[in-house]
Amino acid sequence: MKEKRLISRRRAIFTGLTSAGALLLSGCLKKAPPTYGSILRLGDDLTYLAQRGLLSQRALVMEYQQTDITSFPVTDIGDPANPASTKAYSKEYEALLKTDFKDWALTIEGAVAKPGKYTLDQLQKLGERTQITRHSCEEGWSAIAEWTGVPLAALLKDAGVLASARYVSFYGFDKYAESIDMLDALHPQTILAHRMNGESIPARNGAPLRLRVETQVGYKSVKYVQRIVVAEQFVDPAQDIQAGWSWYNGI
Amino acid sequence: MSASQTTHSETFRHKGWVKSAHFVITFAFLALLVSGYVILMSHPRLYWGKAGNDLTPALFELPISKNYHHGGWAKAIPFKNLKGSQVSAARTFDIFNENGWGRSTHFLAAWFLIITGLLYLLAGIFSGHFRRDLAPGRGEFSLKMLWRDLVAHFRKQSSAPGKYGLLQKVTYLSVIFFLFPVVILTGFAMSPAIAANYPFLLIIFFGHQSARTIHFFAAVLLLLFLLVHVVMVIRTGFKRNLWAITFGK
Repeated sequence: MKEKRLISRRRAIFTGLTSAGALLLSGCLKKAPPTYGSILRLGDDLTYLAQRGLLSQRALVMEYQQTDITSFPVTDIGDPANPASTKAYSKEYEALLKTDFKDWALTIEGAVAKPGKYTLDQLQKLGERTQITRHSCEEGWSAIAEWTGVPLAALLKDAGVLASARYVSFYGFDKYAESIDMLDALHPQTILAHRMNGESIPARNGAPLRLRVETQVGYKSVKYVQRIVVAEQFVDPAQDIQAGWSWYNGI
Repeated sequence: MSASQTTHSETFRHKGWVKSAHFVITFAFLALLVSGYVILMSHPRLYWGKAGNDLTPALFELPISKNYHHGGWAKAIPFKNLKGSQVSAARTFDIFNENGWGRSTHFLAAWFLIITGLLYLLAGIFSGHFRRDLAPGRGEFSLKMLWRDLVAHFRKQSSAPGKYGLLQKVTYLSVIFFLFPVVILTGFAMSPAIAANYPFLLIIFFGHQSARTIHFFAAVLLLLFLLVHVVMVIRTGFKRNLWAITFGK
């Protein structure tokens, strides 16, 4: 039979779906981190968008019992308090450690209404959460520890995070840095920990304050946190992507 | 190769979508094998249970990189307020780690495997391919007959041309409906974000490190399958079989 109608129902549905799909896709790709032309990073973006699209962003990771706590390796880029450590050494950090972090304060800036500094006491007044969780390293090992800290969401709220904020970057004294998106930043188990296994965080485990992003692998959880920057645009502060690493590590 | 094996007049006719799926999955699987091996090289220790690392006992270790037994650790510091003997220690050894491309290659290839695998499953169910070609027929399956097929296999007698033998059917079904699902689900269990949404994955595989160990053994079995599969393809007429699963009609 000859097609008489200008637009058949089937064609209308098909065209509609295709254009909706194209719009969705372009919208998604705009939200994805840059790939710099690498097919591997394109795969990372696909994983990121799929996990954001298909999974609940409020689901909590499994929490364990005291008896599940294991030994905990320190496998970072170096000791920021040791002058022999070429990559990580910070004179400022060494001095702070010597005085038991008496003069330490966390800086928060960027897309917040009240940029400024928080002492450990001020941070602790914002709230507290204790969780026994698993640290999964990209290398393949895992370790379980109890962490106590301030929910990052509470700090962001106190600093007056702007509605336009989309990413949060964390800079450590060891010159290590990472960023996460607002979904992970506001996750209830994303905390700035100041205690580990019931004591102040031991020096090499990230004293005096370290990030815990429980929904991603270990290398997102920046240690020795010095500065937090909230941004409206995508930032990759340690240039994971250009260095050949995945920025998103929910898998 | 004996003459009797090369006289099959009728070759298995594969459907287009079976050939396409086979093609994509073959390359995805090879990429997963290589990248999986590279990932394992950065931590060649396997454990059983919820968590495991260099400071806890291993189930076994594989001598596959310089990280094997490296022992580059600073003095262990015990945690003060724990009842057990858990410690923390800093690594002093510069390990082999190519996970930047290793992990991303693994997950990119996994996307190809999972999407193609799902399409293959749907097509296999709705086209009747599984029922017609892979499921053992009525009265075809019994342990006795499977044993007879196994003995015949080692006596190098092949089954009727143009059809899969019983042993072959059971092997293919185990790979498609057991090994691949196990290797994919244990992979999911290791993902922090996926396991947060589906915590049963951590329970059915006995924990994060058990899932990793099962992932490893499932991959070893898949590799063994691949080797036997390739040997059988060669022994029963390499050129003809290869043509049948790729561009042949």
